[in-house]
Amino acid sequence: MCSVCGCGEATIALDNDKAGEAPAHAHAHDHPHDHDHLHDHPHDHDHRHHEDGAIDFGGGIAGAHVPGLSQERIVRIERDILSKNDAYARDNRRFFAERGVFALNFVSSPGSGKTSLLVRTIEALEGRMAVAVIEGDQQTSNDAERIRAAGAPAVQINTGKGCHLDAHMVGHALETLAPPAGSALFIENVGNLVCPAAFDLGEAHKVVVFSVAEGEDKPLKYPDMFAAADLLLLNKSDLLPHLDFDVGACLANALRVNPRLQTLIVSAKTGEGLAAFVAWIEASAARRAADMARG
Amino acid sequence: MHEMALTESIVEIALEEARKQGARKVTRVFLDVGALSAVDPEALEFCFAAVASGTAAEGARLEIARIAGAGWCLDCEENVPLAERFGACPRCGRCRVRMTNGDELKIREMEID
Repeated sequence: MCSVCGCGEATIALDNDKAGEAPAHAHAHDHPHDHDHLHDHPHDHDHRHHEDGAIDFGGGIAGAHVPGLSQERIVRIERDILSKNDAYARDNRRFFAERGVFALNFVSSPGSGKTSLLVRTIEALEGRMAVAVIEGDQQTSNDAERIRAAGAPAVQINTGKGCHLDAHMVGHALETLAPPAGSALFIENVGNLVCPAAFDLGEAHKVVVFSVAEGEDKPLKYPDMFAAADLLLLNKSDLLPHLDFDVGACLANALRVNPRLQTLIVSAKTGEGLAAFVAWIEASAARRAADMARG
Repeated sequence: MHEMALTESIVEIALEEARKQGARKVTRVFLDVGALSAVDPEALEFCFAAVASGTAAEGARLEIARIAGAGWCLDCEENVPLAERFGACPRCGRCRVRMTNGDELKIREMEID
């Protein structure tokens, strides 16, 4: 599975570790993962299923079964390409449910202000809710250091050449981070508005951070991320007086892609909207905990 | 770039199934890739040869079926073709179309020896 996460390239920097040193990558790989075939999707059956899972379309390419002769066979697989990642995501989700950890996956293009926003949010949540952070970047542990300076434990994942975090990387980071029961876990994904949309990390919600210094039509240009998110934080609102950015048009574009998207206008600089975001986190975490308790 | 991670997943699933079947070699892998999915088939093909190299899937052909985009228009109450994700209905021009086809990303089957 390491090949999927880019292991050998990805490194998980422990507290006080400096990125760039030899990748500490002793994968014990003794954790169980479900890799079962659900097969609950409908598909046409104009072929015969064998007990071994092989499906016979008239005996294979050669058209006949001849004992002793090599026979090419067609094997029905019907598996989502992302099923490997999704199995790890299920493990993470189970971990979060068992511990009562409320996990958010922050996604955005580079430079939207995710880390500054997280720092302000950690400060705002102080004394109300414990917070731990997983930082994803291609290189450096600068962001994890900023988070630690704000008072929250942080683990840095360096993806090397990878353009996104995947559920396997996050699972390993969780072993190191061990977020306490009842805490919030902020996962700051690699800055990229495309790839992270496809990879479920096991989070409760994806939060897309989008700054007013970007174009209002970005939700239409990069719809997958806005479709995958539950909350949009429109950041850097302090810059609005200096820009021609049309907030209404931006939100209309985002809602066209995702009619269920919730939106908040915030500024990591002035603190505008942060109280509302904190309230959203607390309310969503409580609702999630209640849902889990009901099973 | 994430086509590389997807390709690694494709090869891994193919090898896992090949082992289960006791196959010696994987000769062809058939994928369904939706036209509206954020995946470039050419990039998949490019990555596949590199990732499969040195495995039982080395030299295997990647056969990619492009699944056309389609959706259910809530206003017209019928299936309509979709040229872009979250695009408008080609009949009524409104955007209340729920995508039903076109975001597939699946290994459908493979040929083994």
